[in-house]
Amino acid sequence: MQTFDVAENGLRELNQTLQAQSVDTNQTNWEVKNPKGSHAIAVGLDAPIEVTVKGSTGYYCAGMNQQATVRVEGSVGPGVAENMMSGTVVVEGDASQYAGATGHGGLLVIKGNASSRCGISMKGIDIVVQGNIGHMCAFMAQAGNLVVCGDAGDALGDSLYEARLFVRGSVKSLGADCVEKEMRPEHIEILKDLLDRAEIDAKPEDFKRYGSARNLYNFDVDNSAAY
Amino acid sequence: MKDMDSRIPRTMPIQSATFTNEINAEIRRAAATGIYDIRGGGAKRRVPHFDDLLFLGASVSRYPLEGYRERCDTSVTLGTRFAKNPIKLDIPITIAGMSFGALSGPAKEALGRGASAAGTSTTTGDGGMTPEERGHSTKLVYQYLPSRYGMNPNDLRKADAIEIVVGQGAKPGGGGMLLGQKISDRVADMRTLPKGIDQRSACRHPDWTGPDDLEIKILELREITNWQVPIYVKVGATRPYYDTALAVKAGADVVVMDGMQGGTAATQDVFIEHVGLPTLSCIRPAVQALQDLGVHREVQLVISGGIRTGADVAKALALGADAVAIGTAALIALGDNDPKWESEYQKLGTTTGAYDDWHEGQDPAGITTQDPDLAARVDPVDAGRRLRNYLKVMTLEAQTIARACGHNHLHNLEPEDLCALTMEAAAMAKVPLAGTDWYPGKAGF
Repeated sequence: MQTFDVAENGLRELNQTLQAQSVDTNQTNWEVKNPKGSHAIAVGLDAPIEVTVKGSTGYYCAGMNQQATVRVEGSVGPGVAENMMSGTVVVEGDASQYAGATGHGGLLVIKGNASSRCGISMKGIDIVVQGNIGHMCAFMAQAGNLVVCGDAGDALGDSLYEARLFVRGSVKSLGADCVEKEMRPEHIEILKDLLDRAEIDAKPEDFKRYGSARNLYNFDVDNSAAY
Repeated sequence: MKDMDSRIPRTMPIQSATFTNEINAEIRRAAATGIYDIRGGGAKRRVPHFDDLLFLGASVSRYPLEGYRERCDTSVTLGTRFAKNPIKLDIPITIAGMSFGALSGPAKEALGRGASAAGTSTTTGDGGMTPEERGHSTKLVYQYLPSRYGMNPNDLRKADAIEIVVGQGAKPGGGGMLLGQKISDRVADMRTLPKGIDQRSACRHPDWTGPDDLEIKILELREITNWQVPIYVKVGATRPYYDTALAVKAGADVVVMDGMQGGTAATQDVFIEHVGLPTLSCIRPAVQALQDLGVHREVQLVISGGIRTGADVAKALALGADAVAIGTAALIALGDNDPKWESEYQKLGTTTGAYDDWHEGQDPAGITTQDPDLAARVDPVDAGRRLRNYLKVMTLEAQTIARACGHNHLHNLEPEDLCALTMEAAAMAKVPLAGTDWYPGKAGF
């Protein structure tokens, strides 16, 4: 286990050190002490290392992650795992706005609640939230899966493309072009796999699936009230 | 119907200056279709522009430099504030961001070839970076856009600079739209969206709002790219003083200010013509902001929107810009709106010079299309050579003017070299009306 103290050595050295790890590094376990809400902690990683952040972080923790597993033992500020390509990010606490924004791949697990716009413009990332999510989540979401074990706020999946949304609790309102869809066996399988990987004990059968009605895919003046 | 009595004089038919034939045609089109007009390009209306300025040239008080004999440098370095590797360009004319998707693959390759041969940079656009573009561009600026289509850290690290796009001059405050007819398999794949659907690009970034967030976003991008490359912030010209000041405060290395004549791949005509500021009007406020913050020349200013000639380049630089960017002019150099395609423009209901339905993907010149047969009309080598020639000519023209004003570097041009032909231009550029020593707003006027 390698230990890095942010308060002592600074953000620049932290990211430089973690980004320098290669695919075949033998320094695979890292502990980051004293994050103290710093922004851009553990961003741009690209190696199969495991990083545990001992405390809460500011904006963009684990931004653009590739391959690495980043576990935050605290809460995270806006844009955790933004534009993640691969790997896993686990947040033990809550997440602020834009969690997993524009993520192309990988798995983001939030053990607490996620604020508004979680999964905005997601492009293939899988996001599992054990608690509730705020308003406008999965706005313009293109691909990937958003799983919510609690409740969803207003305008879920507004202007959604091809992302799949699974919600166990209530949905305050659906956004434009987002509709409830039939939960077929293949969706149960996808959900089961995501819950297993997120280490969350929940029955896939208790969830409802939401997706795009695909009515807004090509502009039609008769739909102008929806824009 | 009764014939008119020819003995009685009649009032001449008078066309309304308000309800012009163009306006009436647009009303009829809107009534028939129920949708606003979407088109490419920038503002077509007449606005105060660089044509409304003149250089004074040398006189008794200033002596000129000998053309072709005495050196007049043109180089510029962008990103000297924070980046470890600033971009060094031979000429202060760069190629503005235009996406693969909006433009064909051969057109993007030609831009890279032409820019590289002329010693300058080109810029990606919405949809990400293509290997062809990276391969043919010696200096490539990677746009970081609200849509984040195709955005990934590997490409980010291949870039020579990053341009965070807050807005563009054709549509400040608006997002983009790539209509379904231009969404080929490859474009769809790069943007992670189904083929054939309209692809909307968001009008604001998904994970930050406001200048305080922007500062943190810039920090993140610098951390990911190891503080190696310059970070530009591009804004559509609306509040140039404050936008420039806030970009500087957020940590930008370079501010790119795009006026309303700057083009877009597609947006509403009403947006293009009625939102934003003319390019001429945004330079002095942006420069003033840099000067007030003590960073003029440390944070470089790139001006775009309607730059066509070396005279335009020289005027923008004289007003305080460090470089300019061209988009529409570069496409014309490649072959856009060329008279040789007139019969095909006619079939599309338009004519040479007026073709702007770039979103429909039927460009006879093969530039703003994803149709493989049309795109094949662009020979990247030949088109790249034309762009290089054009960039060289613009540079020579700007040097000619600079020498005539007695300057041995284009950056030594200054507002005192200029006068204005109109009151509006004098007020916007803050240079005296020709033959006077005053301009509107100057004390004593």
